Amino acid sequence: MEQARYEAPSSLGRAIELLGQPGARVLAGGTDLLVQMRSGRAVPRVFVDVKRIPELARLELGRDELWLGAAVPAAAIVESAEVARLWPGLVEATDLIGSTQIQGRASVGGNLCNASPAADTTPALCAVGALCVMAGPNGERVVPVERFPTGPGATVLGPGELLVGFRIPRPPARASDAYLRFIPRTEMDIAVVGAGVAVALDASGRCTSARVALGAVAPTVVVVTEAAAALVGSRGEAAALAAAAEAASRAARPISDKRGTAEYRRRVAGVLARRAATAAFERARAHGATA
Amino acid sequence: MSERKFRQVGTRPIRHDGLDKVTGRAQFGADYSLPGMLWGKVLRSPHAHARIRSIDVSKALALDGVHAVITGADFPAAAAGSEAGGEGGATDFHDLGANVMARGKALYHGHPVAAVAATSSRIAEEACKRIAVDWQVLPPVLSLDAALAKDAPILHDDMRTTGDEPLPKGPTNVASRREMGRGDLAAGFAAADVVIEREFRTPMVHQGYIEPHAVLARTGEDGRSVVFCCTQGPFMVRAYCAKVLGVGTDTIKVVPTEIGGGFGGKTTVYLEPLAILLSRKAGRPVKMVMTREEVFRATGPTSGTHVRVKMGAKRDGTLTAAEAVLVYEAGAFKGSPVNAGMMTVFAPYKLANVRIEGWDVVVNKPKVAAYRAPGAPMAALATETVMDELARALGMDPIDFRLVNAAHEGVQATYGPKYRAIGFVESLQAAKAHPHYRAPLGPNQGRGVAAGFWFNAGLSSSANVALNEDGSATVVTGCPDIGGSRASMALMAAEELGIPVEQVRPVVADTESIGYSDLTGGSRVTFATGMAVIEAARDVVNQLRARAAKTWDVELDAVAWQDGRAVATNGAEGKHEPLTLKQLAGRASATGGPITGRASLTARGAGPGFATHICDVEIDRETGAVKVLRYTAVQDAGRAVHPSYVEGQMQGGAVQGIGWALNEEYVFDAKGALENPGFLDYRIPVASDLPMIDTVIVEVPNPMHPYGVRGVGETPIVPPLAAVTNAVQRAAGVAVRELPISPPKLLALLDAAS
Amino acid sequence: MKLHVSTTVNGEPAEFLCSAEQSLLDVLREELHLTGTKEGCATGDCGACSVVLDGRLVCACLVLAPEAAGRTVETIEGVAKGAELHPLQQKFLEHAALQCGVCTPGFIVAAKALLERNPDPSEEEARYWLAGNLCRCTGYDKIIRAVLDTAAELRGVTR
Repeated sequence: MEQARYEAPSSLGRAIELLGQPGARVLAGGTDLLVQMRSGRAVPRVFVDVKRIPELARLELGRDELWLGAAVPAAAIVESAEVARLWPGLVEATDLIGSTQIQGRASVGGNLCNASPAADTTPALCAVGALCVMAGPNGERVVPVERFPTGPGATVLGPGELLVGFRIPRPPARASDAYLRFIPRTEMDIAVVGAGVAVALDASGRCTSARVALGAVAPTVVVVTEAAAALVGSRGEAAALAAAAEAASRAARPISDKRGTAEYRRRVAGVLARRAATAAFERARAHGATA
Repeated sequence: MSERKFRQVGTRPIRHDGLDKVTGRAQFGADYSLPGMLWGKVLRSPHAHARIRSIDVSKALALDGVHAVITGADFPAAAAGSEAGGEGGATDFHDLGANVMARGKALYHGHPVAAVAATSSRIAEEACKRIAVDWQVLPPVLSLDAALAKDAPILHDDMRTTGDEPLPKGPTNVASRREMGRGDLAAGFAAADVVIEREFRTPMVHQGYIEPHAVLARTGEDGRSVVFCCTQGPFMVRAYCAKVLGVGTDTIKVVPTEIGGGFGGKTTVYLEPLAILLSRKAGRPVKMVMTREEVFRATGPTSGTHVRVKMGAKRDGTLTAAEAVLVYEAGAFKGSPVNAGMMTVFAPYKLANVRIEGWDVVVNKPKVAAYRAPGAPMAALATETVMDELARALGMDPIDFRLVNAAHEGVQATYGPKYRAIGFVESLQAAKAHPHYRAPLGPNQGRGVAAGFWFNAGLSSSANVALNEDGSATVVTGCPDIGGSRASMALMAAEELGIPVEQVRPVVADTESIGYSDLTGGSRVTFATGMAVIEAARDVVNQLRARAAKTWDVELDAVAWQDGRAVATNGAEGKHEPLTLKQLAGRASATGGPITGRASLTARGAGPGFATHICDVEIDRETGAVKVLRYTAVQDAGRAVHPSYVEGQMQGGAVQGIGWALNEEYVFDAKGALENPGFLDYRIPVASDLPMIDTVIVEVPNPMHPYGVRGVGETPIVPPLAAVTNAVQRAAGVAVRELPISPPKLLALLDAAS
Repeated sequence: MKLHVSTTVNGEPAEFLCSAEQSLLDVLREELHLTGTKEGCATGDCGACSVVLDGRLVCACLVLAPEAAGRTVETIEGVAKGAELHPLQQKFLEHAALQCGVCTPGFIVAAKALLERNPDPSEEEARYWLAGNLCRCTGYDKIIRAVLDTAAELRGVTR
């Protein structure tokens, strides 16, 4: 039986080279890859440990945007007061990934690349308009995060390509986000439904733009433009929230599995979208008061 | 029973094995290694029901690093006979052998078909993949309804229903049908003002111990094996392996390691006979450790059930009649805990007219094993829910309603014997008086009450108490410590000897170093093994008195033992200076030799344990989520030897019951493969799911034990299922008849109600 | 060909041979004979294998053994300092916060990491931090009490 190899490149170029080899797999936090190895779903022949590559390990808030390296562990994001202030919903979502131990390793980048329909950070990233930066043998390319997963376990990454990180634009004043997840226990479960909402308000508290994204209710994240439209122009009143909730339920295309029935997921998608929108509005108003 | 003043019993010393456990030094099943060790892996059936036409192991044997391969053919023709176990159960060795390694037929997904020993676990796994099995796949039976249906596929061609007539005739999946009762049921129901009849379903659930099964076996050239394993019963392992392998019990020595949880799931064998056989064939030690997936797929969960309960009561709250039909899954081989379910279902109550029927049914799922008060929680769910409904229908407080009907001393239990002193009434009263019961509730919140009972076992135990030259004592028993029992053994010995508990070393010994002891289970260790420890310690005390008598040249009855000293009495008062235990121990060789006390006994008079639990929940009407806000467990312990560990049993059992009620269930696919064989999707409670679990220990001493001890380990899991569902009912206004009451289920019930 | 890995375990240099697919948990237990870290599930769901890697609380079952190269690993065996128990260990004993004890090493490592980050956790914060550590024996009550009591003692207050 052939032995697998372990490589820990310190440059993006070297990583791309290694990823061109047969059976090469990116190793970031390992919290999905090692589980898949145990079950026989993944059989890596070369582990390409990307944690020593500066771009992937960096978390940096710039003037216009946040750079979130693909291999930054969730715990580092959760600990960043700056990131929590500007993107509380994204941090909420990140803080929901598994346990404290899992967060010590799991990365938002890895979570997205694993492309589970139930990934917690994907709807939150969509809500805040994150862009995915990829690099490969043919150079660099950028796609909005909602175009990155193409199906359960599948992404737009081509052969030899890897996700380098995310560019997340700074929100304007009076804008904020929220993410909620439904699980049967209080922790440790895969999301049955996830909802990420971001809103921006004008000086009078009226919503000027919104994004609503749902997880675990379709093969990939669902950006619900109708729900966002229902929020725009409102001040987050009950009627607007109810309309957004209904649009979210309608847009959900869930399956029934051991974690929840389709019927149930559709219902709860609406409930969570409404609750996340409520929280986003409250935070955006508070932001406006302190910004 | 006189009110003895205890000096040590009832205190909370730090457990003697605690230091090793908080530093990581304690060695559990998978922590042992031997030089030259091989790793064993099991090939398991990918089919829930299939005939094995042939097995070809040649390619596995040819793999470099493989030293031995075994299949069913390597075992002796199925062992015959069966042995009565505790608590109404029995072990059939023919079935046990077939469960440990399939003989001709796989009866559940995960059933062992072959095993390999190789120089690394990776090679052993690879070798398993190279074993070719020719299967004839058969349709699986995956539910009670399917097993009982006309023309159901039959698991065992030779199975014929045993028990009480009327019995189904011919090939069947019904292993047994039993009935018990007394009085006049029809008259009883006719006399009732309110009669309520309900049906309940509970899923197959697992004990969920955190430590997977592990064993290290070495067989010498003389055919004698040493087995290190995490088990609840080293003598059981020895006996079962001997039976399954067709060897003498004297050829197997079992060394129990520390055990990382059992709850009944480690009261039988799975890997041990395989490891012994592999080590014999390979001529090298063999270590086998289950993966978590194997634990869920292929050990012994407890039965999924279908229970119907009917109870009648008069306006004044008196129960007039009760009837129950319990249908339990046995898994692949006969032997569900339905008998215990029958015996416990109405045990807390005074009932003159009662009829109970129980069905033991095989299905293509893993063979069930004991799970903490086996058979009782599912039965209590039904009874305690109906009791709650009756209370509401009668406009009575649920605790008051139970007080009207509570069994007490002198009452003839629904399962037969007359109760001696028991503490059910006391536990109800303590629950009623608890501030929890009066605390206000908010919107969407509800409070549930439920009672529980477990007989507790006696069975046999041995103990040695050896006095060391320095005046310390070593207490040796053969019951593994799964919950802090060593500390209790030390306390009881210290109490009798009159020395500080820190000077007592409690030891759990292997099968060659202590007399026969039945396993740790049945809530029996503090009661029965404790009884043996007390007797052995008293034996030491009598020997010490004799040494003092010899030293003073007086009769034995002129020597009393007080607070760790021999004191002259009975005419000889004041004539001799008292002699301490340390002094007497120091000169033991000069006065007659080393002093060792011993006891081997079969303990009679195990006292039943009763509990009353109170649970507050809050429901989220939009998602169906249930949150446990507050929980109080009240239980009669007889005498709490080490109160912290009694509280621990109450809390742990309550939380297992909460998980059973809210989220735990085995989910099988259409082909009979378990879909959730891991802690991700088999959802046991996590720390953030729960509040503190308040405990109240009530003490109504068991008159049959020197200290009044009752077993406490199992009763705590009996009330919580109904405590939770009764709370949900009162919070949500919907009736819960099926577990688990997971959010989608509750939401559907709420929808249906509105 | 096995990989040769040099690392630091509990403050001491350590080295081992491993294959690329082995987990850190495997090598801690089988190669370094540090069996205090336990395997409960091998999929990161139970926390029995909790260790601290470069200052972060992680599950050793989900770290590849070669990743330990040049990093620091802290296990349960390094929590006590010689004969001196860490206050958490002492409190676990006093509060009877263990029954079978198999989850205890993981809880102590995880709780120690909590208290180093947050010396004054609320009950809820402690429960959520420790949600990745499964216990089937205790129902968590005495464990949480031991952790909160330790926090108070370390802060110099009496509870």
